[in-house]
Amino acid sequence: MSMIDSKVKSILFAGVGGQGILRASDIMCMAMMEAGFDVKKSEVHGMAQRGGCVTSHVRYGVKVYSPLAESGSIETLVSFEKMETLRYLKFLTKEASIILNTEEIYPPAVNMGDADYPHDVIGFLKNHYPKVIAFNAAELAQKAGNIKAANVVLLGAVSNLMNVEKSVWESVIKESFPKKLIKLNLDAFQMGIAA
Amino acid sequence: MKKLLMSGNEAIARGVYEAGVRFAAAYPGTPSTEIMEEFAKYDGVYAEWAPNEKVAMEVAIGAALGGARALAVMKHVGVNVAADPIFTVSYTGIEGALVIISADDPSMHSSQNEQDNRNYAKFAKIPMLEPADPQEAKDYVSLAFQISEQFDTPVFLRSTTRVSHSKSVVTLSEPQLPEDKTTLKHNAGKYVMVPINARTRRVEVEKRQVALKKFVETFPENKMEINDPEVGIITAGMPYNYAKDVFPNYSYLKLGMVYPLPEKLIRHFASKVKKIYVVEELDPYLEEQIKAMGIPVTGKDIFPYTNEFDPGVIKNAINSDLQGTVSPYKESLAQRPPNLCPGCPHRGLFYALKKSKAYVHGDIGCYTLSYLKPLEGLHSCICMGASIGMAHGMSKALKEKGKGKVVGVIGDSTFLHSGITSLLNMAYNNSDALIIILDNSTTAMTGMQEHPGTGYTLMGKEAKKVNLNVLVSALGIQNIRVIDPYNLKETKNAIKEELASSGPSVIIAQRPCALFKRANIKPQPPLKVDADKCEGCKSCLGLNCPPISWKKGVTKKDSKRTGISFIDETFCNGCGLCAQVCKFGAIS
Repeated sequence: MSMIDSKVKSILFAGVGGQGILRASDIMCMAMMEAGFDVKKSEVHGMAQRGGCVTSHVRYGVKVYSPLAESGSIETLVSFEKMETLRYLKFLTKEASIILNTEEIYPPAVNMGDADYPHDVIGFLKNHYPKVIAFNAAELAQKAGNIKAANVVLLGAVSNLMNVEKSVWESVIKESFPKKLIKLNLDAFQMGIAA
Repeated sequence: MKKLLMSGNEAIARGVYEAGVRFAAAYPGTPSTEIMEEFAKYDGVYAEWAPNEKVAMEVAIGAALGGARALAVMKHVGVNVAADPIFTVSYTGIEGALVIISADDPSMHSSQNEQDNRNYAKFAKIPMLEPADPQEAKDYVSLAFQISEQFDTPVFLRSTTRVSHSKSVVTLSEPQLPEDKTTLKHNAGKYVMVPINARTRRVEVEKRQVALKKFVETFPENKMEINDPEVGIITAGMPYNYAKDVFPNYSYLKLGMVYPLPEKLIRHFASKVKKIYVVEELDPYLEEQIKAMGIPVTGKDIFPYTNEFDPGVIKNAINSDLQGTVSPYKESLAQRPPNLCPGCPHRGLFYALKKSKAYVHGDIGCYTLSYLKPLEGLHSCICMGASIGMAHGMSKALKEKGKGKVVGVIGDSTFLHSGITSLLNMAYNNSDALIIILDNSTTAMTGMQEHPGTGYTLMGKEAKKVNLNVLVSALGIQNIRVIDPYNLKETKNAIKEELASSGPSVIIAQRPCALFKRANIKPQPPLKVDADKCEGCKSCLGLNCPPISWKKGVTKKDSKRTGISFIDETFCNGCGLCAQVCKFGAIS
């Protein structure tokens, strides 16, 4: 077991329904559990998932009560879509680390030409937060063999910020996918670490 | 014992199995659905999807009268549907055991209201347990069955979205071996609720109440933690965790059983602390009962009535001088409402309905999303099955003014849930409204559950498949048309003709859900916009199909266009609807 800080840590996963957000947060929880932490997560199913916003809070520590983090207290945001990053800033501490997929998925109002997709999201984030790691996870996942593995690419990137052995992550990834998809996802995870 | 990361719903299913229970019935509904899906996977169980919650409840009651330990599962509004048998099984009691799971949805993540079903416990005089996390959710199931057996009563177990759909570490227990206590035993005086018997049972209910009130005083899941004597918090369920997160040093009375309340224990707690807050989502359910005991507490004066809580809500309510957190990003951000999927068979139908200019009564299902711009395909939605009765009522009230202008739409699962009797009523009372059954071959919104029209049961066995056409005809409807909603012209014509015809009509729009794996839909090649032919009229954008977007500034010589439509090939399902909408033949 790695060194345990008594403070509960919070990570927010955010993106668009269908991007594999819940699977990614599940994998993180299992990794934290393997590493010896108490862990809780929250998520929402049902209607919200049909192309709408999807979020999942993950919290870990010696003892976790709430599966939801308090607004303004989250230290890490893993955003699966560029503009969605902006939607959740009020949940973050001022010192938060942000990992974001630079892929753009237009909401209906932007598709219709009724609203603009926000400009220079990354520049804005870099002006306000100390650590912003931005890259196109979908492209990396495509290189690993399937665009759907973008969620695991992002997990690789966030694993750099967490004090958990790589072997723990890899063993959880192996348990989380059918045999034929394990190599692809391990490659995707490695690409995220290197991103 | 083994530790697993489990959702509340997975944990409840495990708890049911561990309690030796092997019989359950339900109708799917967020946030309850996965309980049955998970339970059905255990060896040796019988689990069924009933057409609606009332039927599920009656199935479970029947099993319990036969001596079984039976479970009925539903979302909060499902309890409304099942309320009729629930209120009277409270009088009769059962031979075996009966637990009802009510999964409530504070914040209405996937529901039409956020009713607080703790009120049902008090209203129907049925004890209710309320777990705060997946571990308790699992453990309380077996307590609920014990209470049911001990006191000859149905027992509620209330979950909420955050209990059902949060995940945490759960320690499993050794499953009890199921004991077969089923038997045919006649006891008409107890189970025939004619007035003379009901009056006798009514008295028994009050005797049971007295016994339960005594029992709850020592119920070990009502837990007192005395820390700081200045402030005490009385709470139950998930809000306990939110409060502990921000105020770990306050004193707590955490109630595992929220009906009936342990009055002596509450008085004892009140004597140990100076100031008491009652922390509960939705109604002042605990607060009102505690105030009625003459104990001064602070509750809804400072805590919100609406929406689920989180740690910040509780912290800010108690420390009102705290500043809320703000985002550094001040621009407005385009909303991202949920939308019909690419290739959804509902899209074409609602596009055609909007063109018809009819008033469309909607129902509960994915298709409710079509009310949003730009489809704006339906204009009301109240509850499961309501569209048919509402369309009929509006049509009757408006008479000539409503002729050819009133439609009700309802999904296949929803029609079988509670649309059949209202369609029978339309035939019987000679309605003029048009009903469209959106038959996508599954219960799509909750995640592809089986129903009597799919040909399979929850346990995966082949089943008798109801023929909607024959059913509708048997109810007395003569004008019935079956159409393919992917064919826009056929759909528009059918709507136009059936709106014009007199008497009740039914259109069955048949096309499986685009995400339904068993339908084995062959992927069609994605469509493309021909930039030379596109005139920038935006007609295709009116479909609100996720892959179609607007590219500003792509002009063309000798054309007024200010931009063009663009289809993202990676999302396009190739349904071809946009090609039918395009007047310039620019999409193929």
